Amino acid sequence: MAEPGMSQPGMSQPGMSQPGMSQPGMSQTGMSQTGMSQPGIVVIGAGPAGIRAAARLAEAGLCPVLIEEGERDGGQIYRRQPPNFSRPPEALYGAEAAKATALHRDFEALRERIDYRPGTLAWAIRDQAVLTVRGARTESLPFRALIIAAGATDRIMPVPGWTLPGVYSLGGAQIALKAQACAIGARPVFMGTGPLLYLVAWQYAKAGVAVQAVLDTTPFATRLAALRDLAARPSVLLRGMRYVLALRRRGIRLATGITPVAVEGEGGIVALRWRDKAGAEQRSECDAVGLGYGLRSETQLADLAKCRFAYDPVARQWLPELDEDGRSSVAGVYLAGDGAMVRGADAAELAGRLAACAALADLGQPPPATEIADLRRALRPMNRFRRGLEAGFPWPAQLAAGLPDETIVCRCEAITAGELRRAATDLDAPEVNRAKAFSRVGMGRCQGRMCGLAGAEIFAAARGVPIEEAGRLRGAAPVKPLPMIEEPGP
Amino acid sequence: MSAAVSTILHAAGETAADVVIVGGGIMGAATAFFLRQRGLSVVMLERDMVGQHASGVNFGNVRRQGRFLPQLPLANRSREIWGRLPELIGEDAEFLPTGHLRVAFRPEDVAKQEQYARDARAYGLDLELLSGNALRARFPFVSPEAMAGSFSPLDGHANPRLAAPAFGRAARRAGAIVHEGAEVVSIAKGAEDFRVETKGGGRFRAPNVQVSAGAWARAFVNAFGEEVPLRPIGPQMGVTEPAPYRIAPVLGITTSVPEETVYARQVARGNIVFGGSVRGPASLETRRATLDPLNTLRQRRYVARLLPAVTKLRIIRTWSGVEGYMDDDIPVMGPSARVPGLFYAFGFCGHGFQLGPGVGATMAELIATGSPGVPIDPFHITRFKGAPTTKETPP
Repeated sequence: MAEPGMSQPGMSQPGMSQPGMSQPGMSQTGMSQTGMSQPGIVVIGAGPAGIRAAARLAEAGLCPVLIEEGERDGGQIYRRQPPNFSRPPEALYGAEAAKATALHRDFEALRERIDYRPGTLAWAIRDQAVLTVRGARTESLPFRALIIAAGATDRIMPVPGWTLPGVYSLGGAQIALKAQACAIGARPVFMGTGPLLYLVAWQYAKAGVAVQAVLDTTPFATRLAALRDLAARPSVLLRGMRYVLALRRRGIRLATGITPVAVEGEGGIVALRWRDKAGAEQRSECDAVGLGYGLRSETQLADLAKCRFAYDPVARQWLPELDEDGRSSVAGVYLAGDGAMVRGADAAELAGRLAACAALADLGQPPPATEIADLRRALRPMNRFRRGLEAGFPWPAQLAAGLPDETIVCRCEAITAGELRRAATDLDAPEVNRAKAFSRVGMGRCQGRMCGLAGAEIFAAARGVPIEEAGRLRGAAPVKPLPMIEEPGP
Repeated sequence: MSAAVSTILHAAGETAADVVIVGGGIMGAATAFFLRQRGLSVVMLERDMVGQHASGVNFGNVRRQGRFLPQLPLANRSREIWGRLPELIGEDAEFLPTGHLRVAFRPEDVAKQEQYARDARAYGLDLELLSGNALRARFPFVSPEAMAGSFSPLDGHANPRLAAPAFGRAARRAGAIVHEGAEVVSIAKGAEDFRVETKGGGRFRAPNVQVSAGAWARAFVNAFGEEVPLRPIGPQMGVTEPAPYRIAPVLGITTSVPEETVYARQVARGNIVFGGSVRGPASLETRRATLDPLNTLRQRRYVARLLPAVTKLRIIRTWSGVEGYMDDDIPVMGPSARVPGLFYAFGFCGHGFQLGPGVGATMAELIATGSPGVPIDPFHITRFKGAPTTKETPP
């Protein structure tokens, strides 16, 4: 970029980036195709939600900017393999092959009609502009409407030894397989809870990996109690059951209601120790561990856009407040997909389209009323299914209280549960931001994305308060690390 | 005042003490601690959390060089206390006496450094001047463009998130009453005592009140018929990912160009904290200052000019906060010009962190004995007498 802000000594002026005004030293993009100073429409994330949102905007004759952090479209669930890989969709996506293929095909058709920017990180939001970086090149994209479809990442509960090399998140384990046809180990154990636990284990087994065990923290009875809500989507429920059966048929050890104890090893992994539902300690020898406890929405961009958040008791996470169509509390900012609320890929496609409809309505190009009504109706069972998922595969919040003090919680800064507890009790931090200031939990490279939820549970347990009273970690730019070096603009 | 009164009295729902401190930043917390050292009873009322605002979000410089010369006796006193934190308050707030290095890129700035070093010597601050080659030999990480440097070997840095809360806890352990979440809604002077009320209905009485409410001090000052040109401003701070710990001194630049005025320090765990160049707006109402990410982009080039190796790192976090700035860049400290028993310590213009412990010791001495122990006349509120009121109304 060229001379940033050389003419702006002292105070920065509020309002200097009003839509259409040029930024000092920022190249001006995101314009409508006429090249006039009308700011554009920006969609963040080229997964199922973002692609469907961008497609609906294009149908209305608009040319949105679609920002994607990865090098290829598809998001995580329909992640595309690198260009020179040639595995068939059935091998990559199994039962979801048709949906994946449809999304990829529709994106290819859409690609030339929109301003698509892969490999680009939205690292900050400022007034009515998204700040992006690709490599070391920064840009400012003023927007009239912004649809954030940032997706979700694994929800992680630490366990002693979880920072050893060879421990992966379930999502990471799946990406290794899907993108590069690599396994996390020759003899992995998968531990956690959630549909992804069984799906990833099955995908590994199917790929010929000797899965040693699949260990679920949720008791079987809890799963049964959630069946009624899970039955809101019978085909998805059945598919999940089939994965479990297929794993059992292969003779893989399956256990429910377990308690993680520790990952053993030095420089590598030799075993996972856990307690079975009767409380007896077990030891599974393995060379890798995939762990995860469901998904958490990636909400930092909504936070930087100043959206209002509310505590969501179903997810046990603070989520942006949204109306039924995806409008946030900030005019012109919409959310869709798992980044708004974890409901899975099918819901994400619908919600992406619905958020685009909401944006079009607000921009004075209202879509047909029946379209919006149909999308809302199609999403309703997804909401019930979501409640079923959270109830049937609950986040094991209770494990936080029992973590040994020496367990690392914040792996970026190497801060232990004991240090966090000391901030909560001895130093009397009343909420998580204060505990972060004292202990550094959530201050590192991941900015709490990895450790924030578990940290809040440890904090709440240490103070003896309900999780919602622990508060919400405030986000700050950059969403992910930003190069210190500047690259000259074109 | 009677130094013999040292117990807290509770009568008719009112808490009486020798001193009520309004505002629990590092100034208030250190004053509370040192008042207890002198045996006076203290109530400190903090609307949010101790050290949460300017005291907690600043750069963490424990720097004397470059200060307004008449401030050096106070800064020297403070530096001496920084070195004794463990014995005084039981923790070191990560204070590291690593030295402070300012580099100059222009001949006129080199001349300024030479002049300052001559002048500062009279105040007991010895600075080492280094020419370009000597500078690079001793501090190989500084910019090859630097013409000269001025090194203050006994200055250093500390963790601002820890220092004020540590003073607050130490004050409490020493017997001070410290209330967080206690917003003062009125201060009234009666025949003898001040009566202070908080939003939650708390009532306090004391013959002495210290206003150390930072950027929010003006309303209290105005209530007693005085005026100060105080504005809220937000610093623009950032920190990189960790790198091997190689850069001991705090780094700064001698320049008269505001955008170039950046500073950086490496903490022992490896991250490089930086700030400066531009400042942002801050709000007294929301109690937040927004970091402008465009400022972060601008800062990068100036920090990289100071410390070229930083370009290999990435920024992981940025922040701002509400700081109080005076029009003349000099704090307000000392007794009120109008009301006996009323004391001020606020408006430290983004350079108060180093001074905090010294201000606490000095204000405690002033309140307890009537004499501050070090000269603080240049900071007296009387300098604004007859001056026009502040140009900008706080939002």
